[in-house]
Amino acid sequence: MTHAHGKETLKRARASRPAWAIVGEKLLETAIRVSGMSAIVFVLAIFIFVFREAAPVLFSERFDLGQFLFDTAWYPTSANNVRYGTLALTVGSIAVTALAMLFAVPFGLGGAIYISEFCGPRWREILKVVIELLSAIPSVVWGFIGLTVMSKLIVQLTNAPVGVNVLNGGIILALMSVPIVVSIGEDALKAVPDSYREAGLAMGATRWQLICRVLLPAARNGLLAAVLLGVGRAVGETMAVLMATGHAVTIPHGLLDSVRTLTANIAAELGEAPAGSEHYRVLFLTGLLLFCISFAVNISADLAIRGLRRK
Amino acid sequence: MRAPRMVKRPLGALAVVAAMAVVASCRGGGGEKPGAAPRTILQNKGSDTMVNVAQVWAEKYREVDPSVEIEVSGGGSGVGIAALIRGTVELVNSSRDMKPEEIEQAKKNTGKTPKGFVVGFDALAVYVNKGNPLSEIALEQLAEIYKEGGTLTRWSQLGVKIPGVQDDTIVLVSRQSSSGTYEFFREHVLGKQDFRLGSRDLNGSKEVVELVGSTPTAIGYSGMGYATPAIKMLALASKPGAAAVAPSAAAVKDKSYPLARSLHIYTLGDPEGPAKRYIDWILSPAGQQIVQESGYVPLSAAPAAD
Repeated sequence: MTHAHGKETLKRARASRPAWAIVGEKLLETAIRVSGMSAIVFVLAIFIFVFREAAPVLFSERFDLGQFLFDTAWYPTSANNVRYGTLALTVGSIAVTALAMLFAVPFGLGGAIYISEFCGPRWREILKVVIELLSAIPSVVWGFIGLTVMSKLIVQLTNAPVGVNVLNGGIILALMSVPIVVSIGEDALKAVPDSYREAGLAMGATRWQLICRVLLPAARNGLLAAVLLGVGRAVGETMAVLMATGHAVTIPHGLLDSVRTLTANIAAELGEAPAGSEHYRVLFLTGLLLFCISFAVNISADLAIRGLRRK
Repeated sequence: MRAPRMVKRPLGALAVVAAMAVVASCRGGGGEKPGAAPRTILQNKGSDTMVNVAQVWAEKYREVDPSVEIEVSGGGSGVGIAALIRGTVELVNSSRDMKPEEIEQAKKNTGKTPKGFVVGFDALAVYVNKGNPLSEIALEQLAEIYKEGGTLTRWSQLGVKIPGVQDDTIVLVSRQSSSGTYEFFREHVLGKQDFRLGSRDLNGSKEVVELVGSTPTAIGYSGMGYATPAIKMLALASKPGAAAVAPSAAAVKDKSYPLARSLHIYTLGDPEGPAKRYIDWILSPAGQQIVQESGYVPLSAAPAAD
């Protein structure tokens, strides 16, 4: 009833506009709403699909979730003792990502601050184009660089027996995430109104004080989003880490140990696992685990932002 | 409203022209020989050990029968057999036998029984770096190096001193579990026990050879067709104290090399038409010549297949 009434008033209020304009506006509004909602639909659909493929093994008698999460033995095709322990893979993913962020966050945020605050307009354009170019390099090419150039460098410089390891994967992933952190971080800093800068300078702040005390806190959310997208890129990256980390199922004791990541493991093994087999379903379960990890990262970052805001 | 349309039109025209060009070029390719039969494409997938020889076969076969195109891809015997079970591939290369349960699955899925052809022989070679003084090893020692819970983790335990190396931990190089070579090694060296975790499980034989060639303390394995000057193939003894035999065509021929194996091509059901002609050609002297040139052992040189 109220709906019909609302329509009536709408008609009366906009009587001067032609009917097609009103219909068009409604259609456009619906289209925009649908595309907004579609993100939720897609995420849910992906989750449901992955879960559906993984569910039979998750609820089967033989499957032990504790072993899946906390055992390091990954023997999916063993002839006499099949074990699905993903701890080494999870630790491998986390180790490589953490190392990548250790390099990428200072360089990325530093680059964003430089481009946004210190750079002349000409250099800014050049840098932005070059950084965009960096992010356009396909991951296979990064992996190839890791496998050939980086691994030789690492062997020469560190005396490690093998050059494909955590360090190699971390550096390659850092190089891949820096462009994302820079360009989104720069947008976040640009979004801080100039009146903040003017007020800070008028109060006698130095440029350093202005950046530390005014701009970084003001752009906090955007910068965190930049870092998170960088983390997302690093966690989800497959091809480059597959080639650069050595693909060894082991918990690393140092930067020079080879590891295998969750993503690389899925990429390497899904092709051979017959559809519907236990191995296939466990690989989907690994995908679900990956999904949960990135979900947890996002949620905790969200909570962190809220905590900061309350202060 | 008019401006965007004007921009769009030349783009649209361009797309149409491009599409036409693509169509025309496809037609051109097919019409090279007037009256030639339409092109047949056969998918050939599987063993990474065999991918080199399979590519040469495919290339040379184009001269024999231009109407058939063979598309070769690797990934490992396991990947090829998984594709055969799904019924998405015509010819599968495999460096191991299909397992009974895989044959069952293929029958259930596609209604056809996989048929295997032995197309050549190979010695699974064990490699060390050229700088490693070791020249022979017994299968038992090899198992202690590679198997889960094995006792050999350092070269010094084998009495080997590698020049210029402080940390002589053995760097294990292995293959991904999709590899037929991996499964053959597990069955015939480890006695079906599991591999030690922490080996570098690489994607292809070529990567294995490269990593062993650049790492003084590494050990790895692959088909003998992949040998390079940077690595050394070890002679193998089936028992400690027994005479070690180096991998060679002759040693595969008289079965004195302990890790000799057959190379197979599998099809779904009896092959027909182009697939049958292709396999017949591979088994003919011309195809077998390529096996030899690729570093493997042709059928005629070896005793009858079992």
